[in-house]
Amino acid sequence: MTEVTAAPAATSTGAAVTRGGGDASRVTDRRRGGKRRQRLEILLFVTPALALMALFVLYPVYSAARMSLYNWKGFGPMVDFAGLDNYARVLRDEVFTDAVVHNFIIVFASIAVQLPLGLALALLLNRRIRGRGLLRTVVFVPYVLAEVIAGVVWFQLLQPRTGLLEQIVSGVGLPVPEQGFLGTPDLALATVFVVLTWKYLGLAVLLFLAGLQGVPDELHEAAQLDGASWWQVQRRIAVPLLAPTIRTWVFLSMIGSLQLFDMVWILTGGGPANATTTMVTYLISMGTQRSNYGIAGAASVVLFLIGFALALAYQVLVLRRDTKVDA
Amino acid sequence: MLCSSAVLLTATACGGGGDSSSASGDGDDTITWWHNSNNEPGRGYYEQVAADFEEANPGTQVEVVAMAHEDMVDRLAAAFQSGDLPDVYMERGGGELADHVEAGLVQDLSDEVPDTIETLGGNVSGWQVDGQTYALPFSVGVVGFWYNTALFEQAGITEAPETMEDLYAAIDQLKAAGITPISVGAGDKWPAAHYWYYTALRACGQDVLEDAVTSLDFTDECFVQAGEVLAELLDTEPFNPGFLTTPAQEGASSASGLLATDQVAMELAGHWEPGVMQGLTDDGAGLGENTGWFAFPEIEGGAGDPEAQLGGGDAWAVSTGATDGSVDLVEYLLSDEVQTGFAENDMGLPTNPAATGAVSDPALAQLLEVRDASPYIQLYFDTAFGASIGGAMNDSIALLFADQATPQDIVDATMQAAELEK
Repeated sequence: MTEVTAAPAATSTGAAVTRGGGDASRVTDRRRGGKRRQRLEILLFVTPALALMALFVLYPVYSAARMSLYNWKGFGPMVDFAGLDNYARVLRDEVFTDAVVHNFIIVFASIAVQLPLGLALALLLNRRIRGRGLLRTVVFVPYVLAEVIAGVVWFQLLQPRTGLLEQIVSGVGLPVPEQGFLGTPDLALATVFVVLTWKYLGLAVLLFLAGLQGVPDELHEAAQLDGASWWQVQRRIAVPLLAPTIRTWVFLSMIGSLQLFDMVWILTGGGPANATTTMVTYLISMGTQRSNYGIAGAASVVLFLIGFALALAYQVLVLRRDTKVDA
Repeated sequence: MLCSSAVLLTATACGGGGDSSSASGDGDDTITWWHNSNNEPGRGYYEQVAADFEEANPGTQVEVVAMAHEDMVDRLAAAFQSGDLPDVYMERGGGELADHVEAGLVQDLSDEVPDTIETLGGNVSGWQVDGQTYALPFSVGVVGFWYNTALFEQAGITEAPETMEDLYAAIDQLKAAGITPISVGAGDKWPAAHYWYYTALRACGQDVLEDAVTSLDFTDECFVQAGEVLAELLDTEPFNPGFLTTPAQEGASSASGLLATDQVAMELAGHWEPGVMQGLTDDGAGLGENTGWFAFPEIEGGAGDPEAQLGGGDAWAVSTGATDGSVDLVEYLLSDEVQTGFAENDMGLPTNPAATGAVSDPALAQLLEVRDASPYIQLYFDTAFGASIGGAMNDSIALLFADQATPQDIVDATMQAAELEK
């Protein structure tokens, strides 16, 4: 992102120099004055945003990092320095390491399932079919619903025996799990994932559809003139040109999966038997429920580092291709 | 920790309190009092109590702030963090209170109101730290099995179970009649944990328990036995389907909701249960006249007293640096007069013996008898040990319910968490 915004600024100063022509010293003067002014302007416009960022992003990060070095119960002075003990506790805690695994299962499952599904739906909904607007809305509605409301509705649908979903499943003669879909440790995470897919597929489809609008019609026409089938057009033209959008979606999906909390909290609370804990449910239950704010702080720093490392790696390895093309 | 989340008999999911105020304890003559009797008649009763107190103490102002229980807990947590506490507030006792005492947030009342402390007798024990009393309990209840008398009858059970064998027999009879025997909100963990607390209470002698609460040493064999008895109960598969993620009290599909709507025959819960069930049924009656109660059964060969009960309650505490007169207000709240009114309004189980006769609800009156007849009341372990150790204990008990922990694991996990506190 920084590269993109920096580029136009550089070109405009370059243009000023060319226009200035003859007198070199006057040009540098003006440039220097202009530069100072420009710096002031930048400062003026950027300061409020930076101040907010410092207050609401940097300070909490600092505060969590500081908390992670102490044994602290949430009140009274923070005096019991623990060094890196809390990190050792977090990393040795099986509940936390399992939570990390659950997060990564969700990360990979989201990409493996939602990407092809979303792409297929987007390609279909991009065709001229009857009721296209309605279908697009239907696919997108779950994403608009508040997460908590969607969660509560699914929680009711998934109730053992009395829930609508189990009644449908057993109605068509299929076996239902004894403890229900959410109450069976082996099924709970998969069930949560199905609900998440229902909830977030709409976003993928919306992004892909928007991306598809950017594919020039000429290319479609040219391909059709050359006798390409619909499939060939999608495979050779639409999908490759959609790649930057897909890469952006993958990034959003990854970060979202790492921060997963609300849906899990409502559907299972991390249970049964810690089968659906995520890093965030772990730090919430450690912090606000058990008053081990030091351990919660350490867990949040670990979450931050994992998210940061992943985001950075993705930027460098994958997204750079897109920003380079733009610049 | 959440056990008292519906201590208030009428309170379940209500909106925030209307009054807004800041927690003030500085300078002015206003006593700020936070309570969770957010519904009538409790809310109006406390308004009246505050007005009476103001009248009897000219020049004193009482600012009453009524909140839904969960709101109050959240605001109190924030108040503890900032140190800006209301003058009079609720304490649940045990390890939580001990932490507040250690941080110097709460006043020692021992020398201020010795008479009231004597009147309340053994009830105050949960709010004592190192022999000093820091809060005065106004409602103390006990946990036991609430059951649906009609469903018991339908299954042909004529007498409430007194031993674990009786309970197993009842479970068999209920299952044979096609009735789910017990609901448990293991999703919230503490309702599951109460089973282990009780098996421990029945398996361990009072001296062993008292020693364990202070030394945090659970190596006595009886704690493993407690888990074994619980595993035995779990083997009879008595619980509602999906109990591992069932919430305790929210909504019709919660453990309380299942009992209130005749879908299960019994549930282990505290004195708040009738009030919670009333809030979960359309007619506001809960189980109505089908409400029955029996104490947690005896364990054969257990060293514990079968009359001892698990319980807990709420107490009024005065924060450090509170406005003058705050202690007087608390003393007044525990007076014969106010406690009697408290009992008449069925707001809880009064601790002042003078109010005992005033409880009108038959279920609560029965519970009061049981409470007062018990040789001692063990405070919920999670409250007694504090959030950190109690939470670890509850988590491992919930794992036992999921068949993913052994009785020994519960002891180990608890002692491991206790190690961090030392």
